[in-house]
Amino acid sequence: MDTDTITAISTPIGEGAIAIVRLSGPEAVKISNKLFQGNDLTSVNSHTIHYGKIIDPSTSEVAEEVMVTIMRGPRTFTREDVVEINCHGGLASVNRLLELVLAEGARLAEPGEFTKRAFLNGRIDLSQAEAVMDLIRAKTDKAMNVALKQMDGRLSKLIQSLRQELLETVAHVEVNIDYPEYDDVEEMTLEMMVKKTNQVYVEIERLLQMAKQGKILREGISTAIIGRPNVGKSSLMNALVHENKAIVTDIPGTTRDAIEEYVNIRGVPLRLVDTAGIRETEDIVERIGVEKSRQVLKESDLILLVLNYGEELTKEDLNLFKVVEDLDIIVIVNKTDLDQKIDIDKIKHYANGRPVITTALIEEVGIDALETAIADTFFAGELDVGDLTYVSNVRHIQLLKQALQSLTDAINGIEDKMPIDLVQIDVTRTWELLGEIVGDTVQESLIDQLFSQFCLGK
Amino acid sequence: MTYDAGHYDVIVIGGGHAGCEAAFAAARRGAKTLMLTLNLDMLAFMPCNPSIGGPAKGVVVREIDALGGLMGKVIDKTYIQMRMLNTGKGPAVRALRAQADKPLYIQEMKSILENEKKLTLRQAMVEKLIVENGECKGVITETKAAYYAESVIITTGTFMRGRVIIGDLSYESGPNNQRASVKLSEHLEELGFDLVRFKTGTPPRVNSHTVDYSKTEIQPGDDDPKHFSYETKDAILDQIPCWLTYTNEFTHKVIDENLALSAMYSGMIKGTGPRYCPSIEDKVVRFNDKPRHQIFLEPEGRNTEEIYVQGLSTSMPEFVQREMLRTIPGLENSEIMRAGYAIEYDSVVPTQLWPTLEVKNIPGLFTAGQINGTSGYEEAAGQGLMAGINAASKALNKESFILNRSQAYIGVLIDDLVTKGTNEPYRLLTSRAEYRLLLRHDNADIRLTEIGYNLGMIGEERYRSFLEKNRLVGEEKLRLTDVMLKPTDEVQKIIEEAGGTALKEAVRAVDLLKRPEMKYEMIEKLTPATLDLTWDVKEQVEIQIKYQGYIDKSNQQVERMQKMENKVIPDNIDYDDIGGIATEAKQKLKKVRPLSVGQASRISGVNPSDVSILLVYIEQGKIARVSNEY
Repeated sequence: MDTDTITAISTPIGEGAIAIVRLSGPEAVKISNKLFQGNDLTSVNSHTIHYGKIIDPSTSEVAEEVMVTIMRGPRTFTREDVVEINCHGGLASVNRLLELVLAEGARLAEPGEFTKRAFLNGRIDLSQAEAVMDLIRAKTDKAMNVALKQMDGRLSKLIQSLRQELLETVAHVEVNIDYPEYDDVEEMTLEMMVKKTNQVYVEIERLLQMAKQGKILREGISTAIIGRPNVGKSSLMNALVHENKAIVTDIPGTTRDAIEEYVNIRGVPLRLVDTAGIRETEDIVERIGVEKSRQVLKESDLILLVLNYGEELTKEDLNLFKVVEDLDIIVIVNKTDLDQKIDIDKIKHYANGRPVITTALIEEVGIDALETAIADTFFAGELDVGDLTYVSNVRHIQLLKQALQSLTDAINGIEDKMPIDLVQIDVTRTWELLGEIVGDTVQESLIDQLFSQFCLGK
Repeated sequence: MTYDAGHYDVIVIGGGHAGCEAAFAAARRGAKTLMLTLNLDMLAFMPCNPSIGGPAKGVVVREIDALGGLMGKVIDKTYIQMRMLNTGKGPAVRALRAQADKPLYIQEMKSILENEKKLTLRQAMVEKLIVENGECKGVITETKAAYYAESVIITTGTFMRGRVIIGDLSYESGPNNQRASVKLSEHLEELGFDLVRFKTGTPPRVNSHTVDYSKTEIQPGDDDPKHFSYETKDAILDQIPCWLTYTNEFTHKVIDENLALSAMYSGMIKGTGPRYCPSIEDKVVRFNDKPRHQIFLEPEGRNTEEIYVQGLSTSMPEFVQREMLRTIPGLENSEIMRAGYAIEYDSVVPTQLWPTLEVKNIPGLFTAGQINGTSGYEEAAGQGLMAGINAASKALNKESFILNRSQAYIGVLIDDLVTKGTNEPYRLLTSRAEYRLLLRHDNADIRLTEIGYNLGMIGEERYRSFLEKNRLVGEEKLRLTDVMLKPTDEVQKIIEEAGGTALKEAVRAVDLLKRPEMKYEMIEKLTPATLDLTWDVKEQVEIQIKYQGYIDKSNQQVERMQKMENKVIPDNIDYDDIGGIATEAKQKLKKVRPLSVGQASRISGVNPSDVSILLVYIEQGKIARVSNEY
């Protein structure tokens, strides 16, 4: 009976070696194939497994390395076409994968919906019926608990206030429609409407932006290590990773490969990036100039700037300071085992209030202070971690995206000079979608609003 | 002792707006029908405002007409003023409203009913129902006449244990001092009905000769009046205006000072009143920052001097009403002809009804109109029509008929009532319809004429002209899709005059019409239709083309919901047998007994997970097909 394709993460939420995103429905294979680089999934045999890559169609970048299992109905759990995409475990990667699948047109499954479909398509026998119903109930309760727990109090408050804003707008239009002679309220115009919708649009967009940032946080704070050659960037990385991943030598330029490491610094996940580009930062600055280097480094959430204790500040060092002006940095003055040639006061001046740590990384001195500084940078709120964690629930994000879409429809309608009562259909839809996030979709509240906001008679 | 007064297919108790439509529809459907009413001079009387239609309500009148009902035809013959409202807005919310001539409306309605072949009219007070083996078989009047029928429809409006209240005066009465129906209400309670007490009210009426209209603003009707009925040909051009004035600080002071005397505030009134039609004292108390409220002066007819003071509904004592009126510009010297009053009455909790408006626990008994907790003539008439059709269907062993939410406002109204119930007198609002764009007043015929024809309510001739209109609309739309308009001087000039940007290359006429500034009449100048099209055909072409995107979107929504609507819940379902449904949901489901999963999903307190579980439970029948292949 169902004609749409549903999807969900079908492995337990949490860190596992492998996670599975499952799709079921008529479009399951088509959707997977659109994202998949490898065999043509639409023509492979049923019940086969394929290695390949998931490509993000918006950026054409490789998002994940995956194994994809193709199972065509009816010999499947749901009796529909089923695709299971196995990816690296970890919330970040599996969520990204899920979002790509959703973006291609699958719908996020309701709790227990795979089982429900299996049942409705006759997969499960009578004795299991009761169990299925219990399962739906249990899963729903759990999903609701999880969703509610994941919902930050501030998020719920913000959504409520956006809804109220929209509700008042909608009620205003409604009152114009249902009480056309009521003269106590001015006629809502498209100009007034566009102001309201734009306001809410900006807020939802900001929420989605924060959701993205929240994802970064869960995936790790992307952290760049910069500095002139041979100041100890690789040693720093090793010290943080406690493992000899990068090659450490005294010869400048011996760090060859782009390296990424995830480390957990006192609860703050860092993704340390030591790319060729960043290794040769000073070259970049020379090559493309301060402003452009800034743009490159802005992509990072945190920058560790390494200086040499045993040398005076050079012009390159000063250039680097210019590049990271106003960005979140921690200055690390390394090699305190050497004689001091650097002027710490000057550094503090250039650091401009941002933390300055002295270390001797080879001797493992100062690492503790560095870790404290990293943790402080986050918990002191300078990166505003609180805001970053706002929206993390995939369902919420999906609903926000839909809300943004229907608001876009409304704004397009306004631009096309559609009658206001048609534009209002999309505004009402936005209000309903936001309501689904906070679990409130009662239509009656519009009518309540109408009669409390306006004094109506005729 | 009773005597056998006759046998019918359908008996209708009450002759208000619900009763008249119910009796007429039942008779048209082919049932031998009897209408019993307290006063045959008061058929389809308007005890409150002298107007019919308006947003949402006006669409209902058109729907009634498309299904072969009376309200549209009668008002089209008797209006004193006709106005199209919301003309500056989109097509979905345009609404026709008529000022009625109250006495003429009654006469016209009575004449139609008297001449309906299968319908008998009789003046009588019904006191009891004849219920045998749990089924309704007829009625007994106070004069001991026993009438027997397969179906009985109660449409007693605000008459059941009606009580009129003016200040501290309170007496048993129906509206406008007609007799209240007391014994029937008690009898329904004995039969196990769940009744609630609602309240509504009316303003005073004043003598037109004592009004100084020079201090008010005139509110004329439309020069080119449109009509409710698709059969109406002739317009009434001799229209009578209404007048607008306002309350002021002095009015509000009178109300403030006498608030304790208002029956609303003294505690005399126990019933729940409607928020959308508050008394003037309510408005002043709840919105005390407002310096003034609108007062519309509406004539009650051509041949009467009574003026309805719209906006001044009140339960204040008569002397306070008089004082209030004297503060209002134009009404300083006005003389009250009838005092305003509040009325309390019993109504049936509508979740006790099936969507056919048949009472769940008493087969053969139907209720319709204000007795079901609604207010408004149009809401009553819509229900009356549906109850009449279904009562006749039952008596004649024909199929029952339910309108769904995507088909008609009447469907929205009845679904809301029987699914959600109501805790105040229910009024239709456009915002109650989720598919407002589909439920337009201009397409009520397209939505419902076919249905009316199949029900036997619409005659051959009208049906043929409906099909012809549809054909012309379709052909013209097709033609505009084929016609290419080149950027000639003539074309550019018309676009420029409309305020649009000039064409760069040739476009299809249909695409040009989609531009916001373009109208069919402009396109018509550039490429005239081959046939002479009437205005309503042109209107349809324009609306269907211009708003196609939105209409398509609404249709998709309907389709999605339709899957749930089509899932029928077996009537022998035992909700106690279903594990996993939350207790609150279970109670609600047992009470409402929804017919479809779609209806179940609209019951407040039934969550999506409950619906899923319900769906699984219902689908157990499919389990026979289990196989173990995997």
